[in-house]
Amino acid sequence: MIALRLALGIGLLFIVSLIIFGATELLPGDLAQQILGQGATPETLAALREQLGLNDPAPVRYWNWLSGALTGDFGVSLSNGRPISELIGARLGNTVFLALYAAALAVPISLILGILAALWRNSIFDRAANAGALTAISFPEFFVAYILVLWLAQTGLFPSMVRINPTTTFGDRIYMTFLPALTLTLVVTAHMMRMTRAAIINLMASPYIEMARLKGLSPLRIVLRHALPNALAPIINVIALNLAYLITGVVVVEVVFVYPGLGQLMVDAVSNRDIAVVQAVALIFAGAYVALNLIADVLSTITNPRLMHRR
Amino acid sequence: MKTPRIPAMPMTRRGVMQSAAAVTAAGLILPHSAMPARAQTRGGTFRVGIGHGSTTDSLDPGLWENLYVQTFAACRHNYLIEVGSDGQLVPEIAESWDTTDGSTWVFTIRQGVTFHSGKDVTAEDVVASINHHRGDDSTSVVKPLLAAITDVRADGNTVVVTLEAPNADLPYLMTDYHIPVMPGMDGRIDPASTDGCGGYIVESFEHGVQSTVTRNPNYWKSDRAWFDRVELVSILDPAARLNALITGEVHLIDQVDPATIGMLESRGVARILSIPGNAHYGFPMDSRQAPYDDNNVRLALKYALDREAMVDVILGGHGAVSNDNPIGPANRYFNTEMEMKTYDPDRARFHLREAGLDSLDVTIAVADAAFSGAVDAGAMFSETARAAGINLEVNRVPNDGYWSNVWLNPNGDTPFCATYWGGRAVEDHMFTTAYAAGADWNEGHWSNDRFNELLVAARSEVDESLRREMYMEMQQIVSFEGSTIIPMYNNYVMAVANDIATPEQISANWNFDGFRCVERWWMA
Repeated sequence: MIALRLALGIGLLFIVSLIIFGATELLPGDLAQQILGQGATPETLAALREQLGLNDPAPVRYWNWLSGALTGDFGVSLSNGRPISELIGARLGNTVFLALYAAALAVPISLILGILAALWRNSIFDRAANAGALTAISFPEFFVAYILVLWLAQTGLFPSMVRINPTTTFGDRIYMTFLPALTLTLVVTAHMMRMTRAAIINLMASPYIEMARLKGLSPLRIVLRHALPNALAPIINVIALNLAYLITGVVVVEVVFVYPGLGQLMVDAVSNRDIAVVQAVALIFAGAYVALNLIADVLSTITNPRLMHRR
Repeated sequence: MKTPRIPAMPMTRRGVMQSAAAVTAAGLILPHSAMPARAQTRGGTFRVGIGHGSTTDSLDPGLWENLYVQTFAACRHNYLIEVGSDGQLVPEIAESWDTTDGSTWVFTIRQGVTFHSGKDVTAEDVVASINHHRGDDSTSVVKPLLAAITDVRADGNTVVVTLEAPNADLPYLMTDYHIPVMPGMDGRIDPASTDGCGGYIVESFEHGVQSTVTRNPNYWKSDRAWFDRVELVSILDPAARLNALITGEVHLIDQVDPATIGMLESRGVARILSIPGNAHYGFPMDSRQAPYDDNNVRLALKYALDREAMVDVILGGHGAVSNDNPIGPANRYFNTEMEMKTYDPDRARFHLREAGLDSLDVTIAVADAAFSGAVDAGAMFSETARAAGINLEVNRVPNDGYWSNVWLNPNGDTPFCATYWGGRAVEDHMFTTAYAAGADWNEGHWSNDRFNELLVAARSEVDESLRREMYMEMQQIVSFEGSTIIPMYNNYVMAVANDIATPEQISANWNFDGFRCVERWWMA
């Protein structure tokens, strides 16, 4: 079953690669025009197009790229001639670092808040946690980011922009990346917290919980030992979805905090018609989604004996 | 430790100034502005936040086009000639230059200057650097600008440039930011190299993110490049840029939003520098296409917009009105004697009637890619034009692909659009680039016989007063018969932290003190 899921994932990636290629073909203008900008003349355009191989037909360019990508070689950036793997490497690391940092803050917070909210359903705490999380998710990311800059950066507690390079120490990284990570935490917490709460509450009406309660177990033990294991599948799925979002959807936060991640690279590449980079980044994003959902499916299966030992 | 010191003019420089009299083409160079009164200090790290820069930026000088790469270039490179703070030419790698007939120019190369790699700067390097922008396989954007050069060769420690026709402004063209002196190898430069002979050596760079340079200990100018270290950071978001300045992450930012200037000033951490230059915003019309082929229609439109209001609203007052003149107040032959066009609906109606029209329906294609505020400017234009019987419809087009699909009317459906120009140090440079018949960037597809005749004649005219008269007449023609509406000159607006000292005079040539802030400014 897991093998089938894997095969489906790879098939999905292939289809995505076709769509990515087709979509970039539809963009107006071309790379040569974009590089030369206002300085483009028919002559220089023709010379540059020739150099960049933009005159080949689309299927040829697609095949060249895909066969390269399969061997781990994404080719060189059309606009500055650097290898794409080098271009993406550091930024992918930054993006994953920020995503994990935000997840390390957000996942425990939302699980604890969600469990406590389920435990003390309809209490002041439950309402406050819900209202707070919903408020945070309702504001646009850039607004949350600017509010944090106003409160925490302009007062000198944390830097307003992230200036990291490969030699930055881990401790400095944690410190400098705190504001973007906190912004993302505020944005994703509500979703995970409310799913945790809903999944647990859903189970609390089940006969076996009733049984546990009749046995005289403490409410905390009922939730942690009896309800939570059965609620894990939906929670894991929601966490995977949010992790994928943290990797692929944080352009706004990157821009506000000047964070050199993949999102900004993608935006730059699209607006500059650097199709090779667009394709590579889009493929990585698609890969992240497929892989995280795959992991979520596998974990849900493992936590559910009925799925594990199906006849 | 910072040690205050009074800069001394190096002897070699003084010698150059004395021999400057030998240079012909009267008045082309003048000595540096007087020695700064304030003591400059060496040291410190200067961090600059720039609202440009992307991962697709190139090291190839032929492809440079935004403030980030321009400033990065000013860190690591020198040019043949520099445009001084006062707009006059200052010898840089060319110690002096001379011509007998305006067609053959001899540049004497300064001796004892080395590249960061340790190699001496030679005439061969200069030839290779210029030739990078010439020839069939060149992709340089300044290829058209140097098209009149027929030959460049090294002769001992001089470089001889031959032109197909005399041009008194050649030294000005050599100041173009695309033409730095780079090390040559077998007659070619390596466009992917960061080696230069400028005041700072590149330590690291990541396109679209950040670059770090450190002071060149062997820099030949002792009165320049005061910082130990310069960091350029690309910060595209205006609010993030402002925040970076307020929180002390950077010392200098560009493109300050006029709306935030008051707030920034009240903070007391930074000051605004608003430098009037030749940069301008405009609306070109395709003069090949009806109704713009009729000069009366063009004039009607020129009288139908409120220039003063645009300067106030679009530029927040940081600019000046323009009389449809691409030559600006920082140019030598700026024409201030022309009749100033003001918002005059009656006059616009008069010109419409002259064109045989009762009313006019036109569409202007605008996007903020052309200039910040272009969409609003289009809307203002539309409002004021209505009183003149002109129905101006504003068609907002995507920023994406603006320069390839809209500007220059490539598809024939955007004859009226918006544009910006950084301005040029010399009249000929501006006119040749965008107003000469058949020029690649002639946005109005405009052609005027008298203008074209004058353009060629003025280039080689050595009599200063005759030359002045010619440029005055050309501005008159462009203003009243041209096909580009130019309502305003936009100032270069930047904000600089109080711990950075700036010279009395800041260059109006380009943004960031002609990109030379990294060299000319120092820690207070």
